[in-house]
Amino acid sequence: MSRPGRTFTEAAIAGIGATEFSKESGRSELQLAAECSLAACEDAGVNPADIDGMITFTIDNSDEVTLARCLGVKDLAYTARIPGGGAAAAATIFQAMALVNAGVCKNVLVWRAMNERSQYRFGQNPAQGQMSYSAGNGTGSLLWCVPFGAMTPASWGALQTSRYMHTYGVSNRDLGYLAVQQRAYAATNPKAWFYEKPITLEDHQNSKWIQEPWLRLLDCCQESDGGQALLITSLERARDLRQKPVKISGACQSIPYNVEVISNYYHDDLTIMPEAWGTAKRLYAQTGMQPSDMQAAMLYEAFSPHALMQLEAFGFCGKGEAKDFIKSGEIAIDGSLPINTHGGLLGEAYIHGMNSMAEGVRQVRGTSVNQVKKRKVENVLVSSGMAGAILSAV
Amino acid sequence: MTEATEAPATPKPTRIAPIVTLDSKSFWDAADREEFVGQKCGDCGQFTFPPRPMCPHCHSLARVEVKLSGYGTVHSYTIPRHPHPFGFKEAPVVAVILLDEGIRFVSNVVGVTPEDMKFDMPVEVMFEPTMNQHKLPVFRPRSTR
Repeated sequence: MSRPGRTFTEAAIAGIGATEFSKESGRSELQLAAECSLAACEDAGVNPADIDGMITFTIDNSDEVTLARCLGVKDLAYTARIPGGGAAAAATIFQAMALVNAGVCKNVLVWRAMNERSQYRFGQNPAQGQMSYSAGNGTGSLLWCVPFGAMTPASWGALQTSRYMHTYGVSNRDLGYLAVQQRAYAATNPKAWFYEKPITLEDHQNSKWIQEPWLRLLDCCQESDGGQALLITSLERARDLRQKPVKISGACQSIPYNVEVISNYYHDDLTIMPEAWGTAKRLYAQTGMQPSDMQAAMLYEAFSPHALMQLEAFGFCGKGEAKDFIKSGEIAIDGSLPINTHGGLLGEAYIHGMNSMAEGVRQVRGTSVNQVKKRKVENVLVSSGMAGAILSAV
Repeated sequence: MTEATEAPATPKPTRIAPIVTLDSKSFWDAADREEFVGQKCGDCGQFTFPPRPMCPHCHSLARVEVKLSGYGTVHSYTIPRHPHPFGFKEAPVVAVILLDEGIRFVSNVVGVTPEDMKFDMPVEVMFEPTMNQHKLPVFRPRSTR
């Protein structure tokens, strides 16, 4: 018999848990983290005391050990905090998978919890003393943006995508079709902040400019309070747990040379997201799958153009074709690739991308409120640009 | 005190000062002297931006500061409408400038209305004052080529 920790073990997502998504949680970020983590464990049927790995990403204010102390974790074997903020959302799944694959951990908790609307605001100019350009936050080159009036994520994102939109003739109205579809998904999702609040293309076009002439208000993710956690364990163990196991068929990170988070202006070709192309290449090589093997995708969209650029990076359409792909209804529930079926970060909430990871799990389980039914869901792509995973039915 | 000799009509700059790190200090010191400089490797001669302590091509630690042409083109741009950027009376045009030396630099394009902004338009460097008596490089449409 081989020694423990020296065998390859398939990994699966066994539990998901979240708090409500709001604009004012009324409690601490640590409490949100503890509540969603407990919910993920209960969903799986795993005792929180048995968690032995904990992973989050930068710009989370809750300390690992403090959270472990809330949950009564009795013997933590591994912790990590992945750089890049929301770009690392899918990287949590990758690193948890790798730990389980290597036999280093048995029950890995990944989480993100924030009061990003009531306690502080990502979307506003940074307040005095609040400008924390700390290593790992993915904010390296923001020093080179802020004195010029590019002070918000929307401004950094617009500078990043305007060359793409210009090159392929993507108008702001074209982006509206994405916002309308995602708000339609949110409208039928009781957990979404914009539940029962669909929009029309005219609503989109009447919303105020945030970044002229690229992004309107309805192209931007929300600012939200809330927490989201996932529990990753071995596929073998997950089969015996409470929920239908969701196998992690492949997962990876990709940070090509000269790419950085959001102030991402220094790589060769600003009409693509090289990190998403890198993630796609690695994921398809790992799994032997191709775009047509996916029945749905959750694509990180802090700002709507990034969803278009990821559709192209993952090969769901050609370069410059995403606007027509969206306009023709391919991302609707009966289309060839429904995306962000919970309403996404625009419609459900902005839990820094982690809530989109959870929707990927629900689609594989068959429990989404906007369940893909046209084809049986075998594989779902979840992407945060710099990382991605393919979640599969077993 | 310099304030006593200053003309009373001169409005005080409201733009925030550069955020200076040890690896970018020489760039901003030069900007204070109204010089637009880039970082070139002292061994292999390649330009790098943002500045960094090691050349990614040959790993040399020798950094040479060279005066840049100050010419470039608008590679991408945006006008931040909401929230209004702190320290600006009018919403600025923020742009990624592709410098003739082949490196990219985020800055402002001044002296042009948002409607007249064009991709790839030629621009040239000039300097604007900031709070705390610093200066930074911005760009205006290039008059002659």
